Amino acid sequence: MTDRNLLSGPEPEPARDAGHPEPSERVGFFTDTSVCIGCKACEVACKEWNAIPEDGMALSGMSYDNTQGLGASTWRHVAFIEQRVPAPEGRTELPLANSAAQAADAAPDQGDLRWLMSSDVCKHCTHAACLDVCPTGSLFRTEFGTVVVQEDICNGCGYCVPACPYGVIEQRPDDGRAFKCTLCYDRLGAGQEPACAKACPTESIQFGPLDELRERAALRVDQLHEQGVEEARLYGHDPADGVGGDGAFFLLLDRPEVYGLPPDPVVTTRDLPAMWKHAGTAALSLAGGIALAFALAGRTKGAR
Amino acid sequence: MTRTRKRRGEQLMVPRAEFTSYYGRPVIHAPSWAARDIAGYFFLGGLAGAGSVFAAGAQLGGRPRTATAMKVSSLAAVSLSAAALVHDLGRPGRFVNMLRVFKPTSPMSMGSWLLSGYGPAAGAAAVSAVTGRLPRTGAAATTAAALLGPAIAAYTAVLAADTAVPAWHGAHRELPYLFTASATAAASGMALIVAPTRENTPARLAAVLATAGESVATEAAERRLGMVAETWREGRAGTLLRSARALTLAGAATAALAGGRSRPAAVLGGLALLGGSVCTRFGVFAAGIASAQDPQYTVVPQREGE
Ligand code: SF4
Ligand code: SF4
Repeated sequence: MTDRNLLSGPEPEPARDAGHPEPSERVGFFTDTSVCIGCKACEVACKEWNAIPEDGMALSGMSYDNTQGLGASTWRHVAFIEQRVPAPEGRTELPLANSAAQAADAAPDQGDLRWLMSSDVCKHCTHAACLDVCPTGSLFRTEFGTVVVQEDICNGCGYCVPACPYGVIEQRPDDGRAFKCTLCYDRLGAGQEPACAKACPTESIQFGPLDELRERAALRVDQLHEQGVEEARLYGHDPADGVGGDGAFFLLLDRPEVYGLPPDPVVTTRDLPAMWKHAGTAALSLAGGIALAFALAGRTKGAR
Repeated sequence: MTRTRKRRGEQLMVPRAEFTSYYGRPVIHAPSWAARDIAGYFFLGGLAGAGSVFAAGAQLGGRPRTATAMKVSSLAAVSLSAAALVHDLGRPGRFVNMLRVFKPTSPMSMGSWLLSGYGPAAGAAAVSAVTGRLPRTGAAATTAAALLGPAIAAYTAVLAADTAVPAWHGAHRELPYLFTASATAAASGMALIVAPTRENTPARLAAVLATAGESVATEAAERRLGMVAETWREGRAGTLLRSARALTLAGAATAALAGGRSRPAAVLGGLALLGGSVCTRFGVFAAGIASAQDPQYTVVPQREGE
């Protein structure tokens, strides 16, 4: 079921390679963070639809972000970044407190304050490390090309957790099993779009066939560049990247790590053949080393 | 949220690439595994696996007491290690789901299958040796355990390295050698403790070989890891790995120089070797956790292109 012939590199049809004879078109998310207003409708809609338990109500001190990161009970996470930008013509400024006062006579290293917001989610990787390493087959590739955990099979080994290069999937402490975004597998089956995309008021979260989304994203980034937003860039859109491209990709306005995303993630199983090879050699050297010790010691007992 | 740090070695004067993070939060999730269970499993699996090779060697080389004692040791170690594994599951009752699929892309799946072959073999070898019954089955089981043992000792390195954890994945080429060397050190330590002095020459030689192998593998891993090697040298991991080196060296030296004549020296050396192996496994484990918890170890190597 989970056997795939490729461990890394471009893979146009992950669902077919996972054994679905007649897969549906691969779908995903394009999250355009340039229009995100940080309303968290996606977080709420996701929690509601998927009946995700409450996971802490603490204030974090991280701007308006109190969910802090993706996890077992946060499948959409809106990041908030407050920045001073040196060049005021960088992008349309949001009027924030005191910004008018700073405009004229601010020191050269003090620009205006800008606020970046981005709704993060499981990337539904083309080469999903979580799925590759899962020993029970609980994680599987759906006919839509997405990656889903089956709660009734997961035994809580926790291997998927450190395997994910994006820090997405996590075990619930009270439960032990691993949980993450399903890209609303139940809704897809009923011909509906995922709850977060449905709820997003600005179309920052766009759902659709991945090929279409990639085209739309390329147009959008060009448009932003024309408008002078030079820092606009796509993230996770490239099928030649370390995970074979993400099923959920982004338009960002700064470097990925500013949003807590890895700049150049690689699916760990890319190196698995090398690891097994070295493990084989190491196993042989263990046997050889002990054999050598016995050979040097000789057969006779009581040599000393 | 921007930190600039110095690199080590010849590039000491070159400032580290500027690195940014989201409020200092980790990029990846560290494993939720308990050190006692999983680092303990690495140690016990190594002790059992390499011990089975020792047992077969002792049997062939006419050292029956060592052979029997090492078979018992391997059975005990593999039983404890399986218990540690099951204990660490979020749903221990679903342990059998490990054998639901056979999945070469999952080192944990391969390990479960290996363990389900090795465990019974180690068990049969020990029971036959102790009771003296079914000697043919016992001999076959001894051989099977000796063939699977090295794989048990080596695969745990792949289990750790096949993750996004920088201190483990970055050393994926070196970690298997480090783990098998540490396993050999542990098993030779056990052999030194259980074997009579006149039978312990192979254990003393193996201890020396393992110690040399372990320090070469550690050096190579740290060189490969670059700035991530800090996680092997600092904090809890640093303390553990330094203790590991000291204990292993002292154990091997004591065993090699005095263990052939003096039984107390052999036992002392053996205990130090076992302790060294424990420290190695817990140290590597702690380095992995530390590297997962600090975003710079994920971001900087990816920015530098490995
Ligand atoms: S982002 Fe992580 S959890 Fe999501 S599919 Fe990729 S590896 Fe799996
Ligand atoms: S925790 Fe569950 S989903 Fe994750 S690898 Fe283990 S069995 Fe698979």
